[in-house]
Amino acid sequence: MRLTAITMAASLVAGAALADAVAPGDVTYTEYGEIETSLSGAPGDAEAGAKVMTTRGLGNCVACHKVDALDAAFQGEVGPPLNGVGGYRSEAELRGIVANAKMTFEGTVMPAFYKTSGFIRPGDGYTGKGAAEEDLEPLLTAQQIEDVVAYLMTLKD
Amino acid sequence: IATAPALMAGGPDDDTMVINGEIEMTTKTEAPAHMEGTGIDTIISGWHFREDETQSQQLDDFENQGMIFVDNARDAWDTVEGEAGESCASCHGTPEDMAGVKPVYPKYVDSAGEVRTLQMQMNACRTERMQAEAWGYDAQPAIEMEALMSSVSRGMPVDVAIDGPAAEAWEMGKEIYYTRYGQLELACASCHEENYGNYIRADHLSQGQVNGFPTYRLKNAKLNGVHSRFRGCVRDTRAETFSTGSPEFVALELYVASRGNGLSVEGPSVRN
Ligand code: HEC
Ligand code: HEC
Ligand code: HEC
Repeated sequence: MRLTAITMAASLVAGAALADAVAPGDVTYTEYGEIETSLSGAPGDAEAGAKVMTTRGLGNCVACHKVDALDAAFQGEVGPPLNGVGGYRSEAELRGIVANAKMTFEGTVMPAFYKTSGFIRPGDGYTGKGAAEEDLEPLLTAQQIEDVVAYLMTLKD
Repeated sequence: IATAPALMAGGPDDDTMVINGEIEMTTKTEAPAHMEGTGIDTIISGWHFREDETQSQQLDDFENQGMIFVDNARDAWDTVEGEAGESCASCHGTPEDMAGVKPVYPKYVDSAGEVRTLQMQMNACRTERMQAEAWGYDAQPAIEMEALMSSVSRGMPVDVAIDGPAAEAWEMGKEIYYTRYGQLELACASCHEENYGNYIRADHLSQGQVNGFPTYRLKNAKLNGVHSRFRGCVRDTRAETFSTGSPEFVALELYVASRGNGLSVEGPSVRN
């Protein structure tokens, strides 16, 4: 009885979080590419965000960006280093850049991490096979975006 | 005393390439006229972006593991196959007689009315002239023979035609080169034009030239074809790739080869 109650409560919480999450197609960007409010409806967890940034199958942000505070070998040089970025960019700017950097930097090579449509020949992950657009998941979930943003906000010189 | 400024971690190095102590190779040269506006004024072989140990393996045929496959192809060259009872040697003499063929491929072949890669042309000889079976695209015998054809042209400048009847395929290849495919929305140009010299995670990005193909890669210890490499790069953008031998990749090969016009033919090269 007690167990059931806990399970019920847990799934209610999960359901509530899901209901609050903004779907990739419904995100509102300001004219400068910012996103004002949390995509998941919940605050981010900086530690989880650091993990997303260094994990190959997830954000793998360090493929292109150097972040001295992160413990990851072979940090890339395609994008600017992110040291101190939380000091000169707002949370809303960072959320917009991580979700879809093209709204802030026109034509940037940085991929959009919270977008599921408008691609040319989208694939089924890294298999090289095609995928139907309606089956695509964003590269990161709403909560993972919030986690990454929370981590970036800790990067202050 | 001022020392030379530290190169960006990435940039190409300044080594020079001489194969077997005798073939002087052009590994950096002025970009062809059609590349005006790309931001690239010097075209650079992928060799310059590799580590010294990898580079040195290409300098001597006894150390170049790709040459083992070239030897296989020399045997195949003399081997009679197919109903017609012919070998490559029956019509073409020695492999060395084919020097100068590789640098101009892919090219528009009049008799076929299409742009063909070297592999397509060799397969035409097999099916039409030898009555033998076609080789699979980038399959072992095909890639070995391509490596032989390349090795006898080493040091000659890549010189593919982009005008006349080849223009249509070239334009198609160019469009593919700049199309941002897949869920990562990256084009060939995103990595090999805008970012060559930079590291992307542990990978040192080159200009993505094809003058070194087939390449012997330490990573998979075999010869790798151009189209197989293209497939890998497109797949890494989380896109649906094109097939090896497809009209799209033939066109893309022509376009990418033309961005290397002036670099020496290097195949089989050694890469990681
Ligand atoms: C394929 C390369 C690539 C990847 C992967 C990538 N970025 Fe970027 N990023 C860039 C580039 C290039 C820029 C510079 C924007 C431009 O094009 O002008 C940039 C810009 C940024 C900026 C703005 C920096 C500033 O100084 O204003 C932030 C923040 C950022 N990226 C965060 C991330 C995060 C977080 C991830 C992973 C979730 C990520 N990036 C993944 C290439 C990348
Ligand atoms: C029965 C004769 C015959 C045989 C056997 C033959 N070829 Fe050919 N090959 C030709 C002819 C004829 C051409 C067309 C020549 C031309 O148009 O320049 C040609 C063209 C080629 C070309 C393109 C040359 C160029 O300058 O564009 C290549 C490469 C080639 N053959 C390779 C091979 C290989 C490899 C084999 C064996 C697997 C082979 N050929 C077997 C007759 C033959
Ligand atoms: C996400 C980045 C990325 C994209 C997009 C990409 N490549 Fe690559 N490519 C690489 C990396 C990394 C390597 C291995 C290091 C090197 O040689 O640049 C490579 C290697 C190559 C090579 C081998 C070069 C050599 O000297 O051996 C060729 C050719 C090539 N790419 C062509 C292409 C073409 C054509 C496209 C577009 C269809 C493309 N690449 C798209 C990352 C990319």
